[in-house]
Amino acid sequence: MAIEKRRATADEAVAGISDGATIMLSGFAGSGFANQLVAALRDLGPRNLTLVVNSATHRLANTHELIEAGMVRKVICSAARGHDKSGLSAFEQLYKDGKIELEVLPQGTFVESIRAAGAGIPAYFTPTGFGTDLAAGKETRRFGARDYVLEQAIAGDVALIRADTADRWGNLTFRHAQQNFGPAMATAAKLAVAEVRGFSDTPIPSAQVQLSGVFVDRIFVADVRA
Amino acid sequence: MKPLNRLQMAWRAAQDIADGMVVNLGLGMPVNVSDYVAHDFDVVIQSENGIIGVGPLASANAADPDLVDAGSRRVTLRAGSTIIDSAASFAMIRGGHIDVTILGAFEVAANGDLANWDNRIPDKGPLVGGAMDLAASAQAVWVLMEHNTRKGAPRLLERCTLPLTAVHCVKRIYTDIAVISVEPEGFLVHQILPGISRDALQARTGAKLAFAPDCSDLAAPAIALPEI
Repeated sequence: MAIEKRRATADEAVAGISDGATIMLSGFAGSGFANQLVAALRDLGPRNLTLVVNSATHRLANTHELIEAGMVRKVICSAARGHDKSGLSAFEQLYKDGKIELEVLPQGTFVESIRAAGAGIPAYFTPTGFGTDLAAGKETRRFGARDYVLEQAIAGDVALIRADTADRWGNLTFRHAQQNFGPAMATAAKLAVAEVRGFSDTPIPSAQVQLSGVFVDRIFVADVRA
Repeated sequence: MKPLNRLQMAWRAAQDIADGMVVNLGLGMPVNVSDYVAHDFDVVIQSENGIIGVGPLASANAADPDLVDAGSRRVTLRAGSTIIDSAASFAMIRGGHIDVTILGAFEVAANGDLANWDNRIPDKGPLVGGAMDLAASAQAVWVLMEHNTRKGAPRLLERCTLPLTAVHCVKRIYTDIAVISVEPEGFLVHQILPGISRDALQARTGAKLAFAPDCSDLAAPAIALPEI
């Protein structure tokens, strides 16, 4: 049977995501957020989720809606701030009250741990963070003249990423800075779902593909009216 | 002479950027440095979200929400630019391919330790972003910060009091009143604002200062701050 990764609706694209799942969300600085998939996940409503997302919340993402809906148990991120600068956001209130678990990593460690999981590497040494609070309790080792921190890979059950164009094989292209965490997250998750602007009925020319469809399981073409 | 304003501080740091350098600029004051790099230089500005070759800010009608730098500013691309994903961007940073990163800071210690990520704001979660990767692995770390806090406390210290970003990493510090390098023996002053004596500068600094034999006047052209 021919490969066809396209799903008709966002609900079908996120179907089957269950309680306790680790969900990776791409996006940085307003580019690359799969907001329609996140909205569908919110409507699906699984609980006890772990989010792997660079910014715990962002004013141009709707990640905070998952947190406000009480669906999130833990956040792994590099920036643990609310989406709204006026007062305490729901995320900050939960953090302050100790009701949401938080793991903060340097951004390069955050993405390398994801990349490592997708590449079959369980742990690796990095110079980043040595001698800081973020390396407290982690194993360190000296190689040559430098000290390094042992970091563990971060794998996901699901990645919800945003891209520009897909074909039926799941091959993807990205627009400008939209890639950010998307390619690494797609490789590290058991189920990678891409929300895209457009769908190509013909195969995307091989040399233009930025992420192989091997890493992508489902495609949802975003509703431009949403 | 008045202390340098933050754009004049950015101008001063830009004078030390050489043609061909790969440079990463931190959020806040440092991003202004790119405005003062010599126009005929090919300087590659790296943004950690993967834009290699950031150009000037986009005009309102050319602004593209997918063409943003690490500070969420809508930017343009320079000739010769490329865009990569975050894993490759941080491989570039961690792998030592960035010649200079210019970062803001809360404190710098005489041994080069940097504290610039956690100012212990009550009720706010920690925000580290790419600061630790840049500080640990750029070939040179330059800091752009006011010499003293608003309350007058020194930011250049014997040892940092705030949580560290990286150890032994800072090479140079550009403040509103001095240019200082970090040497194995500690802080070495290269320029001082005219009207501030060596003793006065020492009094505003929390660690012992040495003065370079060719220590000179710190000067910058008049640059008006934008109206807020």
